[in-house]
Amino acid sequence: MTAKETFDRLAEKFPQFELAYVEGKDPAILVQGDNLVELAQHLRDEQEYDYCSSITSVDYPDHFEVVYHLYSWKKEGGPVILKVHADREDPKVPSVVSIWRGADWQEREVWDLMGIHFDGHPNLTRVLMWEGFEGHPLRKDFPGTEDEYAFG
Amino acid sequence: MTQEDLVPPELRGNVLIAPVDWIYNLGRAGSVWPMMFGLACCAFEMIVTLTSRYDLARFGMEFMRASPRQTELMIVAGTVTKKMAPQVVRLYDQMPEPKYVMAMGACAISGGPFKDGYSVVPGVDKLLPVNVYVPGCPPRPESLLDAVLKLHKEIREETIRTSPWYRKDVDREIPVPEYGPRGLVLPKGEKSE
Repeated sequence: MTAKETFDRLAEKFPQFELAYVEGKDPAILVQGDNLVELAQHLRDEQEYDYCSSITSVDYPDHFEVVYHLYSWKKEGGPVILKVHADREDPKVPSVVSIWRGADWQEREVWDLMGIHFDGHPNLTRVLMWEGFEGHPLRKDFPGTEDEYAFG
Repeated sequence: MTQEDLVPPELRGNVLIAPVDWIYNLGRAGSVWPMMFGLACCAFEMIVTLTSRYDLARFGMEFMRASPRQTELMIVAGTVTKKMAPQVVRLYDQMPEPKYVMAMGACAISGGPFKDGYSVVPGVDKLLPVNVYVPGCPPRPESLLDAVLKLHKEIREETIRTSPWYRKDVDREIPVPEYGPRGLVLPKGEKSE
């Protein structure tokens, strides 16, 4: 099934949700954060996308974007790419750990490095940087480390 | 006075007179045991140097010891991340003296391509005293063998009289850095990067 067909099925099934089809080399479906969990539930249960292979994030000048790659082991299909925009000042996206357990550490990584808060995550702590680290280093406005490491 | 005068004629050919430094360093340099310790891709070049094709055993280094207590050479093979740096320093502190450090590869020397990154120590010499630098990304096994020979040369040139290992007045303690809000912090509270 192509991405366009998946999008059409979703748009037909959820006419009340605001969905957008993003053209490109890897076409994606832009969804609203509020609808994400319900769409994810539908994609997993009805359309058998049982494997969330990747959750990552992009820092755009005026917003953040969280990208989900979904595959299906059952029907050997995919990827279905979902994109969610998050506010630049207070980025919040609902967690999909309740749908795909494998999203746990991936959401923690996005929180750690990009600072996007996943509402409903069972244990949203840093996973790569240590506790007590300030800031989220993959953000474009994270300061560089030009100052020399002083030792002694 | 030459050797001829000191050695009785019947013992010539059996007795060798040499400085203590020479004979002691000969033994030390011929048996430098490295630590079984790799941080990134350079470790694979180090591992292949141990195999039969390059055969590090020729230089008395056939044992990679899994415990720092039994090693005298730390080959820092790979990127030293800030998260790993305290453990690297702690391993160094656990090695018995005399001990030597080899910085293998661009990352261990200067941070390499990750120098400006938020997570990488720009060179292990910011943390530990490095004896030999092995450039390359990664260095080929021949480079590592050459570095081993350079280390042997350095050991052979040490003297008991001046090397720091046998002196009480030299402060050789390496402080273990701690995690700070933006990078590593020295335990005294001095701000580092």
